Amino acid sequence: MMSAYAGKILRIDLTRGEARTETLDPDLARAYIGGRGLATKMIMDETNPNVDALAPENKLIFSTGPLTGTTAVASGRFMAVTKGALTGAIASSNSGGYFGPELKYAGYDMIVLEGAAKKPSMIVVDDDKVELLPAKKLWGKDVHETEDLLHLQFGDEFKCVSIGPAGEKLVRFACIINDKNRAAGRSGVGAVMGAKNLKAIAVRGTGGVSAARPVGFRAACLDALEKLKAGAVTGEGLPSFGTAVLVNVINECGLLPTRNFQQGQFENADQISGETIARDILIRRRACMACPIACGRVTRIAEGKYAGAGEGPEYETIWALGANCGVSDLNACTKANYVCNELGMDTISAGATIACAMELYEAGAVTRKQTGRALRFGDGAAVVDMMTKIGYRRGFGDIMAEGSARMAAKFKRPDLFMGVKKQEFPAYDARGAFGMGLQYATSNRGACHVRGYMISSEILGVPRKMDPLTSKGKAAMNIAFQDLTAALDSAGICLFTTFSIGAPEMLDMLKTSTGFDYDLAEMLAAGERIWNIERLYNLKAGFTKKDDTLPERMLRTPMPAGPAKGKKPPLQKMLSEYYRLRGWNSAGRPAKKKLASLGL
Amino acid sequence: MSRMKTLTVNPDLCTSCRMCELACSAKHSGEFRPSRAHVHVAVFVDDAVYIPMVCMQCADAPCMRVCPSGALARDPETNAVVVHEERCIGCRLCVMACPFGAIRYWNGLARKCDLCGGDPECVRVCNGALGFDFEERDGAAARRAYAQRLRHTLKEVTA
Repeated sequence: MMSAYAGKILRIDLTRGEARTETLDPDLARAYIGGRGLATKMIMDETNPNVDALAPENKLIFSTGPLTGTTAVASGRFMAVTKGALTGAIASSNSGGYFGPELKYAGYDMIVLEGAAKKPSMIVVDDDKVELLPAKKLWGKDVHETEDLLHLQFGDEFKCVSIGPAGEKLVRFACIINDKNRAAGRSGVGAVMGAKNLKAIAVRGTGGVSAARPVGFRAACLDALEKLKAGAVTGEGLPSFGTAVLVNVINECGLLPTRNFQQGQFENADQISGETIARDILIRRRACMACPIACGRVTRIAEGKYAGAGEGPEYETIWALGANCGVSDLNACTKANYVCNELGMDTISAGATIACAMELYEAGAVTRKQTGRALRFGDGAAVVDMMTKIGYRRGFGDIMAEGSARMAAKFKRPDLFMGVKKQEFPAYDARGAFGMGLQYATSNRGACHVRGYMISSEILGVPRKMDPLTSKGKAAMNIAFQDLTAALDSAGICLFTTFSIGAPEMLDMLKTSTGFDYDLAEMLAAGERIWNIERLYNLKAGFTKKDDTLPERMLRTPMPAGPAKGKKPPLQKMLSEYYRLRGWNSAGRPAKKKLASLGL
Repeated sequence: MSRMKTLTVNPDLCTSCRMCELACSAKHSGEFRPSRAHVHVAVFVDDAVYIPMVCMQCADAPCMRVCPSGALARDPETNAVVVHEERCIGCRLCVMACPFGAIRYWNGLARKCDLCGGDPECVRVCNGALGFDFEERDGAAARRAYAQRLRHTLKEVTA
């Protein structure tokens, strides 16, 4: 009997409609921790990395960590791990809420989904009772309607993940939504679920999770809890203003990408800031399981054509739909956010794809006849309108639903795609934070901020302040961030905890909960192992050094104005250092010696 | 009788993190297991309403009244209604009688909040929605909060 882990894996063959359970291997659990790490190891062992992401041969794993569902701070996390429909790279999208913990209470560390159902289906897990049921009546419903219907049919204690119309229609950046407004957002994990004809999973669990050393674990959790409550970011900034507290900060520092990264500052940033959200639309804040931060924003648009209620926007969203589209209408951005939640789409890629379409339109690369409407920067109504069209693949939305890399290539302007490995950038311009540029280029799931959040050091000064406009020391710091984050994602707690706690606190919680006699070196080696196996997956999937790059605009066009004026990141220099420090050869392949030392 | 402390609930401050459920179940069942917690957060997502449901330690407690074996009794130290396991016959009448669903039942025994003997674990981990305060101050925070709102309204009216 393992502590902290549920100890069982639920494997469901959707093609044959069969479910079975397996015992979790303790040695694998120790080496890969759980969550992102363990699921990636299984994807690597069980699937061919060259498979089409939307083919039945691709697998989709919902995976929790040992800390998920315990009193460890912000332990409501799970990962959706698969080959990404947007990127073709390994995808692991993290989400909070209640679903992950509930899965463990039902007795499973993970659900492995294989094959594809012939007809729209749903899975209902009620402790050890597992059923694959038809979901014909749910197909076509949005995420909120779907959850309401599931609660009506099975009871409101069931926690649900589902896809919306976007996932059903294989929008390449469709996400998986749980607990109505929490999203495993990026890389198109929702399209993979849609391709499997799986509409939803509802779970109820009445069991529990234990800790190997309850007294020590309790002390470790309380220590971390106090630190989060006392921290400036986790105890004040995020609770008061949500992640959007960053809008003004990043804008001041001159790296808030504006109008598809044509500028690094948005003149109307204040109209879409966390402070303005708190003043105008915030009803209350909401937490995921066991989180003292509660960065979730429950909001309401009181009146006008966008009147309604929901959750969000958070920082990345308000940037993607706001500054990046040149839109300063908070209500329009919030409405577009609601549409993303309901139809099940990643707000970052969706917003960035609209921004890319706007630049294509203004550059004359697409015509009004093709788009069906004017697409000009600053037009909030266009953002809301296109969002719905993308979600249902209507009109020009059908082309946008392929993501901005494919769309820009189709219209012969691949240079207007702002991202890496076909995944759109999040809300930081690499010309204003060089380390973030390196992170984008090397991230295993394409452009991403949460694989190694260099902004923490370069802008916010956590754990120490680095000059954002130099390459010095960035490779080493980025590697440290990437490895620690991989371990954290696998353990099952939220990345935001790292604003107030670090590796020692995490180690303390991990040791006392699992009973594994980890030391710091072993825990970080697990993170490094996870990073390297993800890299190996991508190499086998056909990615090469050439894909570890940034768009021409980042590399050749200096930042036009602001604090980072005239700057561009020296990527090649940082990348060479990064490969060397990783123990990879000059082609970006992990050396045999490195792999051997990690047991790969 | 000495001054007694009681569990206070302010739903306006609840963020629905359910840390109380986890801490409570760990303390009382040895596992992180919301189904065995003595506190339960009722979450109404669409209404943005989150209400921590706790044992009210009723002055005239229905659970005590229906108990046929005298297993439920008031602890004079804490004022909590507690289960004396050696007397509990596991009939579940108390579960039925409690209007708040605050009594749980597993492994043949009734289980309920005992205020952790005067140091409630749920309060320790809560963000502020749950408190442990003297009975006569119960509602003080809510009164003050409402008065604050009234103050602003009055200011606007008289301005």
